Amino acid sequence: MSLLKVTDLVVSYGGIEALKGISFEVEQGQIVTLIGANGAGKSTTLRTISGLVPPKDGRIYFEGRDITDLNTQKIVETGIAMVPEGRRVFANLTVLENLRIGAYLRKDKEAIEEDINYVYDLFPRLKERSWQLAGTLSGGEQQMLAVGRAVMTRPKLIMMDEPSLGLAPLVVKDIFKIIETLKGTGMTVLLIEQNANAALHACDYAYVMETGRITTSGTGEELLASEAIQEAYLGKTSKS
Amino acid sequence: MFDTLLPYLLAGVSVGGQYALIAVGYTLVYGILRLINFAHGDIFTAAGFFMVYLVASVPLPLAIPLVIILTVVLGFVVERVAYKPLRSAPRMSIMISAIGVSYLLQNLMWYVTGGLAKQYPVLPGLSQTIQIGSATTKLVTIVTPILTIALVVALVMLINHTKIGMAMRAVSVDFETSQLMGIKINNVISVTFIIGSAMAAIGSLLYFTNYTAVTPTVGAMPGLKAFVAAVFGGIGSIPGAMIGALIIGICENLIKAAGWTAFSDAFTFALLIVVLLFRPTGLFGEKTTDKV
Repeated sequence: MSLLKVTDLVVSYGGIEALKGISFEVEQGQIVTLIGANGAGKSTTLRTISGLVPPKDGRIYFEGRDITDLNTQKIVETGIAMVPEGRRVFANLTVLENLRIGAYLRKDKEAIEEDINYVYDLFPRLKERSWQLAGTLSGGEQQMLAVGRAVMTRPKLIMMDEPSLGLAPLVVKDIFKIIETLKGTGMTVLLIEQNANAALHACDYAYVMETGRITTSGTGEELLASEAIQEAYLGKTSKS
Repeated sequence: MFDTLLPYLLAGVSVGGQYALIAVGYTLVYGILRLINFAHGDIFTAAGFFMVYLVASVPLPLAIPLVIILTVVLGFVVERVAYKPLRSAPRMSIMISAIGVSYLLQNLMWYVTGGLAKQYPVLPGLSQTIQIGSATTKLVTIVTPILTIALVVALVMLINHTKIGMAMRAVSVDFETSQLMGIKINNVISVTFIIGSAMAAIGSLLYFTNYTAVTPTVGAMPGLKAFVAAVFGGIGSIPGAMIGALIIGICENLIKAAGWTAFSDAFTFALLIVVLLFRPTGLFGEKTTDKV
């Protein structure tokens, strides 16, 4: 049984169908990526899974349980965390508070302290800046904080919306290293990326989205080898 | 010179403290919802009437906590009925809803009271006369600033050092991401209305010790001045609201001391215009540290 299963998901905003019936699965312990151009519906997919946007049709199952009609708070409780697009750290809270607010629903005080130390081990830069307001961090540090904050919810599935957006290439490399580290700890990752090259190299399985539909899927290697994908998303021109 | 000014200064600090307790409600709600809660002055008035009607049937020591509880319930219900359904509506809609609530409450109070001013009961401790230097005043003059500062300090501690306070700060910048942390934003918003209403109720106990006639529109002027104080202090800032309110209270009374009583209200609103023109974020307005 897969950890997350989405079937025939339809979402519309003001009469326009952003998702036109997509189905996909995320296996336990894998990195799965959704790639595609702007407006393909990738963010909408994540926002719908986390309950921020109500679907018009279709079902979402997490660990076999139907979570389609749960509210965001309940969905977080089931073990789905999101690293939102643009990082969205709480700029007026300190780094430490941002981590603590990730553990908002948890009551296990000692484990929370352990997890804070765990995140600080993962991102030593955050530890140095523990008392700084998150708004004063650099973009890369904010991204680390957003990931750390999501880890603090102790999720089974962590969804990331464009974590590399607007970051320097070196920092992007770090972010992908972190994603692999998370996978190493047994976490499942659902990743959205415009940086298709990096995403396809990192993932176990990938889905390609175009204007609200999933058009292709396959393992990272399969898609990297596909000429159509290379042409459309990896900026390589086909040989004539 | 000082002896002549002292009673005015004392009155200024006292009425300033009362404005501050109302101003906190404006600034808290604005900080979270970006809403000017126009009904807040009427909730203050309602607290006055609760007291008038409660002392008729229950002893005073019981009436005081009941006034606070009823006011809190009123503030909570107003938010749930008139603001919550408009959570994702444009901000203008919720503001118009607030104006509607304000008129609704005023008219309900006209209906219930028949439009006649009601006499506020004497609170024995607060009305006691005391002597400070050369000035004779009521005990409330001393109690108000002390109580105001204590409550504001407690509130600032709550916001900066507790879990619910952290949630309030998070919700104030980003509803959606707060939800992704598992925060129930509606509960957090209710808490801000509860705190604001409780402060207004305490403010009413102090205010009506000096101004004992309660009418359905009696809250309009202190409400407006508290709003100006909140803007002057930097709306969204709790210490700012308190300092703004104290400054306005003192200035108004110094103007009265100078013999220009008729202009004391005009001063407050002239101050609003000057602040909006030259320092729209007020004394302690929000600093933005956002990095994109």
